Amino acid sequence: MAEVKPDKTIDARGALCPGPLMELIKAIKEEPVGTVIEVLSSDKGSAKDIPEWVKKAGHELVGVFEKEGYWSIVVKKTK
Amino acid sequence: MKRVVIVGSGVGGSVTANLLAKKAEKLEEDIEITVINNKDYIFYEPGLLYLIFNRMHEKELKRPLNSILNPKVKLIIDEATKIDAENNTVVTKNGKVEYDYLVVATGAKVVPEELPGLKEGGDWFYTLEGAKRLREKLAKIRKGRIVVGVAGIPHKCPVAPVEVTLMLHDYLKMRGVRDNVEIFYTYPIQRLHSLEKVAELAKKLYDEKGIKYETFFNITEVDAEKKKIITLEGSEVEYDIFIAIPPHKGADLIFNSGIGDNGGWVKTHRNTLKVEGFDNIYALGDATNLPVSKAGSVAHFEAEVVVENIVGDIEGFGVVKNYNGEAFCFIETGFNEATYIKFDFDNPPVPVKPSKLIHYTKIAYNRLFWLTARGVM
Repeated sequence: MAEVKPDKTIDARGALCPGPLMELIKAIKEEPVGTVIEVLSSDKGSAKDIPEWVKKAGHELVGVFEKEGYWSIVVKKTK
Repeated sequence: MKRVVIVGSGVGGSVTANLLAKKAEKLEEDIEITVINNKDYIFYEPGLLYLIFNRMHEKELKRPLNSILNPKVKLIIDEATKIDAENNTVVTKNGKVEYDYLVVATGAKVVPEELPGLKEGGDWFYTLEGAKRLREKLAKIRKGRIVVGVAGIPHKCPVAPVEVTLMLHDYLKMRGVRDNVEIFYTYPIQRLHSLEKVAELAKKLYDEKGIKYETFFNITEVDAEKKKIITLEGSEVEYDIFIAIPPHKGADLIFNSGIGDNGGWVKTHRNTLKVEGFDNIYALGDATNLPVSKAGSVAHFEAEVVVENIVGDIEGFGVVKNYNGEAFCFIETGFNEATYIKFDFDNPPVPVKPSKLIHYTKIAYNRLFWLTARGVM
């Protein structure tokens, strides 16, 4: 996969579910269309919940990347 | 002599003041306790959930602070506007108060104006005025759709959206109109509540009672004219009454003092309850940024920790007690039954089977709350 450089990174590590998802939702509300947002989460649930939400909300899931002890979930706001 | 100043006299502030006053009697060092509050009374906010269904009344929800606070506590009725931490001073509208130890217990405030159209098109039970308005509408509705929705996280009393939904079902049945009024519950994340076990319980009860629901429901706008709720996910839901859990944020004092995050929640150490960067300032209750429920029980448990740690510091031992996320919440599952959850940072909540006994315990507690505020129970 070609690397997409996020425009904004939300470090939600240490926050419990649904904290990281709610942080992403807040960013999606605030940022313009086209923004690529990366969420860092140490909560395993986020790797599942965030892609599910992105699908329902109709944005683009760029990828879910497992790092050392946390997940990086990259989302593009498409509308 | 050590001066302890407490800003805010809700559950957290009142319990801290009263426990500390009792403890102070036994210490060598003199302790002067001052509470600064913008009102001369304490208000039992959980009662508003009952007020909207005519089960509690305004008069029952208020007590003058001078009947709650220990007579040794000095009460100043004033608006604290800023903490000048460099000079160990709280600036108020009408003066200044110096401290050796400060406790920030300024709570959370609801800001319905932050969601477009909510003020014009929605209702809520998070303020007395809002609850009275909603009570009138609920007493009149005969048919249509009532939507319950969370318009911002975090909010006070995380289980309230589930409780209000289940109590509403019984209320409409009691009025004989439930068959003609649809209840539609919504929640921002993928399940019915942020606490997994509460979500499971809600799903079971909603399915039994014919309560409809939609998840991943993040409200961006309320169209007051068309009576329609619009979400970020693209849903549009029409309503006759919209019971919103309004957005919340921290007190103005927090924004003015630079000790909070973007939402105005005080950056607080999860165990010591010290405010980040300060050794003599503590925060508790709804005011903190901790990932715990904004609930009276949390403020109560935290007050015990703050008192121990201030006394420990005065006596030269430093931090002597850790907070570990302890919380306790009753959950009303209707007009006749309730359950409860008890949890902390290490142990997730598991609700017990709803029962009449737990419901009556909660009803009794609604009348006994003043003893908690006094530091008696």
